[in-house]
Amino acid sequence: MTSPSQAAIAGAETPDPDGVGLTSEPSGGQEPAKDQLVGRSPGQLMWMRFKRDRTGVVSAFVVLTMFAIAALAPVISWLYGKDPWTRYGQIEPGLLNDNGYPVKPNGGIDGEYWFGLEPGLGRDVLTQLVYGMRTSLSLAVIITILSVLLAIVIGVAGGYMGGKTDYFLGRLTDLMMSFPNQLFFVAFVPVVGALVVSPQDEMPTWLRASVLIFVMWLLGWMTLARLLRGQVLTLREREFVEAAKVAGTPPWRIIRKELLPNVVTPILVQSTYMLPNFVTAVAGLSFLGVGMPASTPDWGRMFATGAEVYQSNITYMFFPGVAMVVFIVAFNLLGDSVRDAFDPKSGR
Amino acid sequence: MLRFLVRRSLGAMVILLIISAVTFFLFYAVPRDPAMLACGKNCTPDALAVIRKNMGIDEPVPMQYWHFMVGIFAGRDFAAGACPAPCFGYSFANQDPVWNTILDRFPTTVSLTLGGAVVFLTIGLGAGMIAAWKRGTLADKLFSTGSLVLSSLQIYFVGPLVLALLVFNLGLLDQPTYVPLSEDPAGWFMGLLIPWMVIQIIFTANYTRLSRSSMIEQLSEDHVRTARAKGMSGKFVFFRYAWRGSLIPIVTIFGVDLGSLLGGAMITEWTFSLPGLGRLAVESVQNTDLPMVMGVMLFSATFIILLNVIVDAAYAFIDPRVRLA
Repeated sequence: MTSPSQAAIAGAETPDPDGVGLTSEPSGGQEPAKDQLVGRSPGQLMWMRFKRDRTGVVSAFVVLTMFAIAALAPVISWLYGKDPWTRYGQIEPGLLNDNGYPVKPNGGIDGEYWFGLEPGLGRDVLTQLVYGMRTSLSLAVIITILSVLLAIVIGVAGGYMGGKTDYFLGRLTDLMMSFPNQLFFVAFVPVVGALVVSPQDEMPTWLRASVLIFVMWLLGWMTLARLLRGQVLTLREREFVEAAKVAGTPPWRIIRKELLPNVVTPILVQSTYMLPNFVTAVAGLSFLGVGMPASTPDWGRMFATGAEVYQSNITYMFFPGVAMVVFIVAFNLLGDSVRDAFDPKSGR
Repeated sequence: MLRFLVRRSLGAMVILLIISAVTFFLFYAVPRDPAMLACGKNCTPDALAVIRKNMGIDEPVPMQYWHFMVGIFAGRDFAAGACPAPCFGYSFANQDPVWNTILDRFPTTVSLTLGGAVVFLTIGLGAGMIAAWKRGTLADKLFSTGSLVLSSLQIYFVGPLVLALLVFNLGLLDQPTYVPLSEDPAGWFMGLLIPWMVIQIIFTANYTRLSRSSMIEQLSEDHVRTARAKGMSGKFVFFRYAWRGSLIPIVTIFGVDLGSLLGGAMITEWTFSLPGLGRLAVESVQNTDLPMVMGVMLFSATFIILLNVIVDAAYAFIDPRVRLA
């Protein structure tokens, strides 16, 4: 992943332990110089390459917009004048017919309810979707962050310490990888929840969310941990790390200042692949009925509702579905662009 | 080769043992009253007493686990009667033996998996090879973009759309069902056609991308260049030399995918109401049918691990350079 030239730049960037510091600037890769050589950090180089990649910029824009919509869900629903909990279709007569389906064509889309009404409960689809995205995206972000942190700890510890630690962490990773993970998610969300709440009671939303996060986190870190272990294993033998060791740098400082800056690329690239996977996994759980409780608007559960009513009202499913496809496509493109920007040699 | 297989199988068994222990202890040891959990929301004291007795709840949990494991290999006696060798206990929901239910549901999952695999391997490898062959052309770009969009679709979105379109609006096909192959081959094929078409969307794109990059890599290998230099035809080199080498990463991923699919394609089976292992798992989780969940879990884990061992062994056949030590 990290090409030698980048690693060398990154290595030169790290302040050397005795604090004297070499005065020569790193050449800054292949960037053209005007009068004198200008030093550029790997981050700056990455940013320059990324800005030139039009697909990447557009998809980053789309992804950021989706996150903004999710974050601003309360503002949007305030401006729009509806909320995702009120059952408009049941309160106001004339919106839903006797079977619970919207009276107006195309799922009840009109000037009042832009994305139509939910069949049955008669809630507003637009606010459902923005609040649902908020739930799913925040869950996915938390799971991604936790998984990345755990992967860093386990991967770097295994790679750097080697020996028995590495062996046991490696076997642990293997073991976790052979769990049937989708089944594990489905099976353990109710069980872990039952540890805290009696099965007779309805699980509170925050607890359900924590259980989901916990279970996904438990089985989400292995790929990245393996990757990082491999990276650290080779980095450990590099001259700049050895130099730091000889100079008597404590291990913690070596890990922080020498190793971690060199594995930022795989971490970032891998997280851009992990996040959309978690979004779809969380949505899948909700679809199977073991996700968030029914009182919380949720992206995935909209698919479950959609799958129940698709015969008479296919429109309902389009909004969450198209939003999901756009999000995942944009995120995958962004992931590829980030990878190209960090590591132009890897190619597609 | 034999030594490798023996060693890997032993390792696999250790992993299975750990998985079974972890699952069992999570299910039976940690909740304060597993009978209560098993009983669910509308629990009566009578039902609770029956479940307690059936579960042998008066024993310490390690003993329960021991009995469970012995039951799998040697059979086990219950108050209701003897349970023959692979005994995973009885379902809480309907008192059926877990093992029989699993065997009953497995053919559906196998049919779904194998048919789906044929579809996604054909489309995926074919598209990937064409993209590698015509690298940089319009076809290449088309396949790459197509596979990206395809991989972003979700079964729970596409499934109902396809049903709505093909079954309810155009009436071209019937609602997907499972008919055993031995009873009615045509019905089996027609009933599973839509699920096969839909389940491949999550896999095809992966295989397209993988086989494209793997082919391109192989085409720049020394032995391929030598073959070209000898004057062999492009087609021959492409298929006999490069293609064979490009299969290694594909076999790895295929093994993993096949293993997890055989353990039950939950979302697909749920979307199309197919009575497979995945649907069984979801149903049992919703009914908190612990013995059933436990059984399906172990069954699925066995397949995932088994396929991993097979994949490692398969390397040696595809690539003689791989030495199994």
